[in-house]
Amino acid sequence: MLNRRDILSLFAALAAAGLPLGGLMGSARAAPRDARKHLAEITGGIKPKKGRITITLPKVTDQGDFVPLRVAVESPMSEVDHVKAIHIVAERNPTPAVASFYLSRAIGKAEVSTRIRLVKTQVVVAVAEMSDGSLFLGKARCKISTGAGGCG
Amino acid sequence: MVKRLHIKVPSRAGKGDVIRLMTKLNHPMESGWRQSHDGQLRPRDLVGEFTCLFNGKEVFRAELDSGTASDPYLSFHVRVEESGVFLFQWGGAGDERYEAEARVEVR
Repeated sequence: MLNRRDILSLFAALAAAGLPLGGLMGSARAAPRDARKHLAEITGGIKPKKGRITITLPKVTDQGDFVPLRVAVESPMSEVDHVKAIHIVAERNPTPAVASFYLSRAIGKAEVSTRIRLVKTQVVVAVAEMSDGSLFLGKARCKISTGAGGCG
Repeated sequence: MVKRLHIKVPSRAGKGDVIRLMTKLNHPMESGWRQSHDGQLRPRDLVGEFTCLFNGKEVFRAELDSGTASDPYLSFHVRVEESGVFLFQWGGAGDERYEAEARVEVR
């Protein structure tokens, strides 16, 4: 009898063997599983801590193809303590990876704004990589009030 | 020709100030998710790499995937200690390259 864990590990093994799972499922249909896989790639097995990240997204919007996003990470941005990278993942988009920002120490303030596409109502995850190797994770939810979303 | 790359950099700043830089590129950023009228998927067309250099040294880099809205816009902050030139570079998978530069006077 296969339980959920066995099935997941089977999928992971297949993916690791390079089998075209994505092709079987259809490339335009991504599941939160792909987002989790992508997040696992980013974190590399380190468990991210909560806090320090503020994501500003509209609570409700009818324009899924144009969602303003602001990510701010609390950090002194000094030699010993600064943010190295911020990754944005939208777990129900066809491509969960949205953007990655790589900051140098010359950035005085770890705050980035951009505009993203969201296909439907979902949670947007931001992961910040710190200079000491620790990771922080923040989440925000955005409701897309029309059906078309970013695909339309 | 249509102006594609827009940048906003303050012309003057104090030493050690954190200034906000903004850039926007007029580009469809076709995600590869959408279908045309005959049901074919429209091919991906992304300008996914952005780099900002200050006096030739990289200060900020962004990798944008298809989850970025068309006409990609970025705003970020940089602490300036000396006068210099900001170089904004956008690049895509093809040979698309867009560049613009702006000078900031620090006193």
